[in-house]
Amino acid sequence: MEQEYVLSMQNITKIYKDGFVANKNIDFSVRKGDIHGLVGENGAGKSTLMKVLFGQELPETGKIFFKGEEVNISSPLAALKLGIGMVHQHFMLVPSLTVAENMVFGMEPTKGGLFDFKEAVRLTEEVAQKYGLPIDPNMKIRDLYVGQKQRVEILKMLLRNVEVLILDEPTAVLTPQETQELFVQLVKLKEQGYTIIFISHKLGEIKQICDRLTVLRDGCSIQTVDVDSVTEQDISRMMVGRNAVNSLVKTPPKIGQVKLRVKRLNYFNGFGKHVLQNVSFQVRGGEILGIAGIEGNGQREISEMITGIDSIQSGEILVNGTCVKGKSVREIREMGVAHISEDRMTYGAAAEASIEQNLISDRFYKKQYQRGQILNKKVIQRTSRELIKSFTIKCDGGSAPVKTLSGGNIQKVVAAREFSQSPQVMVANQPTRGIDVGASELIREKLIALRDEGAAVLLISADMGELREVSDSLIVLCNGKIVAYFETVEGLSENELGEYMLGLKEQTPEEIGRCFQ
Amino acid sequence: MNKTKKIEAFFFVLRDLCAIGIALLISLILIFAVSQDGWGAFRLFLFGPLQTVSRMGYIVEKMIPLMFTGVGVCLMVRCGQMNMGSEGAFYLGGVACAAAAIKIALPAGIHPLVCMLAAGVVGALACGVTAVLHTKFHALTIVTSLMMNYICLYLGQYFINHPLWDSMSGYQASFKYAQTALLPKLFSRTNIHAGLFAAVAVVILGHILLEKSTFGYRIKMVGTNLHFARYSGINVTATIIICELIGGFLAGFGGAVEQLGMYKRFEYSGLSGHGFDGVMIAVIAGNNPKYIPLAALFLAYVRVGAEAMARMSDVPPELVSIVQSVVIMLVVAEKFLAGWKHRVIAKQSMKDLALTEVK
Repeated sequence: MEQEYVLSMQNITKIYKDGFVANKNIDFSVRKGDIHGLVGENGAGKSTLMKVLFGQELPETGKIFFKGEEVNISSPLAALKLGIGMVHQHFMLVPSLTVAENMVFGMEPTKGGLFDFKEAVRLTEEVAQKYGLPIDPNMKIRDLYVGQKQRVEILKMLLRNVEVLILDEPTAVLTPQETQELFVQLVKLKEQGYTIIFISHKLGEIKQICDRLTVLRDGCSIQTVDVDSVTEQDISRMMVGRNAVNSLVKTPPKIGQVKLRVKRLNYFNGFGKHVLQNVSFQVRGGEILGIAGIEGNGQREISEMITGIDSIQSGEILVNGTCVKGKSVREIREMGVAHISEDRMTYGAAAEASIEQNLISDRFYKKQYQRGQILNKKVIQRTSRELIKSFTIKCDGGSAPVKTLSGGNIQKVVAAREFSQSPQVMVANQPTRGIDVGASELIREKLIALRDEGAAVLLISADMGELREVSDSLIVLCNGKIVAYFETVEGLSENELGEYMLGLKEQTPEEIGRCFQ
Repeated sequence: MNKTKKIEAFFFVLRDLCAIGIALLISLILIFAVSQDGWGAFRLFLFGPLQTVSRMGYIVEKMIPLMFTGVGVCLMVRCGQMNMGSEGAFYLGGVACAAAAIKIALPAGIHPLVCMLAAGVVGALACGVTAVLHTKFHALTIVTSLMMNYICLYLGQYFINHPLWDSMSGYQASFKYAQTALLPKLFSRTNIHAGLFAAVAVVILGHILLEKSTFGYRIKMVGTNLHFARYSGINVTATIIICELIGGFLAGFGGAVEQLGMYKRFEYSGLSGHGFDGVMIAVIAGNNPKYIPLAALFLAYVRVGAEAMARMSDVPPELVSIVQSVVIMLVVAEKFLAGWKHRVIAKQSMKDLALTEVK
């Protein structure tokens, strides 16, 4: 039995230092030459298990067998030495350096004691040719497309002679077109005898490319099966532990007055890049306007300028007819603007602080929360208890530090704060990225409820399913420009959307102009 | 309080105690290495401070200024600012106090208050410069504050050596302070002075400010995640500047208390070390004002013990510096005992897990 598996993890338990049990007695085995899917909701323990395999985390218990022998993987270096490589969800590349330089990190070729750039280029070209994954070694990483960056990461591992390649949610950042391209590459690698572990929660992809799959749920291994023997519904049931989720109930929008108007917004970043070019749009009360686009195409700048975190360079932003230029974040918030930031752990929450402290950060200075200059603990605790209940935040009381919560629950804390001041304008930037289905559903429901109360909602997302499900109308952002406007999302296909997102197609100015009358 | 938090709190205390224990062990070894009468010297070091009333007095006298700088540092560090300027603020505050105590004539009750306020304001400015440079020009706080210490020192020396210099003293010292300015002594046979009340008040107020007040909440949010604070609408710049002004004010105020309680004239020929000691005890206290008296007690006790040992045995007082350093290194070493802590937490989680599964 054992020989059949190139890799086998037995009885793995991993507990983080805050006491969170990420993996419970997991057994996980992979056959040689397979593309093996590792699926589960966010927080199910997929990434943790793979980090254990790659030596980034040390497990409390468990054994790892590689090619039939027990091995001790104490660091990523040890894993690489054995021939196990990992491509992370967030790329580990230095943007200001070239592809070749990034490729040889930690194994730099030298000539006379100095770094040999030419040799690095040669090595890169050689490995790129060998595996049929072309890349220009002289390009700077920051000038590459996301798909190309991922290719560099994969080549980096191949250059290190890995035999088992772990890909952590490789398609999360890709468009449908780029995803298909990646799959072609992966099949090629498989044909050359490589073993690939493919982490995902997108069932369609798993069905398309994997041979076998293992489902994790709540840190436990549920089942390992041949992909052909199950349907997507089966997998979904194993992942969630109940039958498929209900879809959202949405009534037609009751459009009101314009609440948010963005006029000819331009923005140059610190490197002089023209990040936003003449962006204009408006959102009316009772409407959810979606902004589609690959991350890094100006979405962040738009949301930060509306909410006052970044200052407006040129152009105008009006909230209920009042210009926000020069106003502080607090003044803008008092005008009724709420903001779910795309970067949960940097902007959305303070990890070390308690849930209570996180929930009151936008309102602690208001009369009802203090007595004299002293915070009113009772009121704060009561408010927190109510919010924890109504947003079903799973936690050990309001005084627990936010860092002890799972990603989805942290985002619920953020949402609880932002939704509970009855905002007029909600700027939700990637509100459900990287969180479990339950939390995502809750946040989407709240967005729709807020719109039904008459607020204007701006939903920035890279999740096309979410955009089509939640938004009423949609604009597409590519390279800092609005390239398309759809008055309604009905009948819009993901493929068509993908083409606009990639910049393959663009509407006429007249068509786009309709989003700003 | 949840269980993980309890375990973390337990290990915070355990780490400090272990650090102190190991440091004492090392000092014991060192004492035996250099001394003819090892046990005698070690006993002096350990119990000497409690053997006479005057030594017990020394402990409290040494604690008083440390409580001011220590609380000040706590506030600044909790705001995320590693401001080392307490040292200069303490010194320059002392000089400002000297000027006020020498040049201004006031009745007894008010005179010390005016001196302390003057010192506090000067101290606040000393740390405030760093805060403004940091928030406006992104100058590194730790660098500018260390540089500020020199500016404070030489500025102070100018005043002591020129306008305030008493040429009759025969050394580098100011004129004598007016009698009306001096703080009264509290007990006979010791130099414990009324500044003790101010020090205790500062600890209590510091605790309330940081843990209970609205402004303390701002400080903590800015300190724990500045981006989060800004995103939430907190004025980060103002919070940092005000916080460092308060930190500097406390250090300067402490400098005045020390001058008026312990000295008749300004005699420092250089920086006194009280600011850096403040950083040290803030570290031991985990930047919690309520633990500052304990940390100050520890430092003062060790120093008095070392002095007693130096006077009455053949062990040099430099030894105490080694003990201090070992304690600090072990206390700041976050990973010290981390493996054990992790195992305890892991075990607790496993137990919880087993319980929920039984249910």
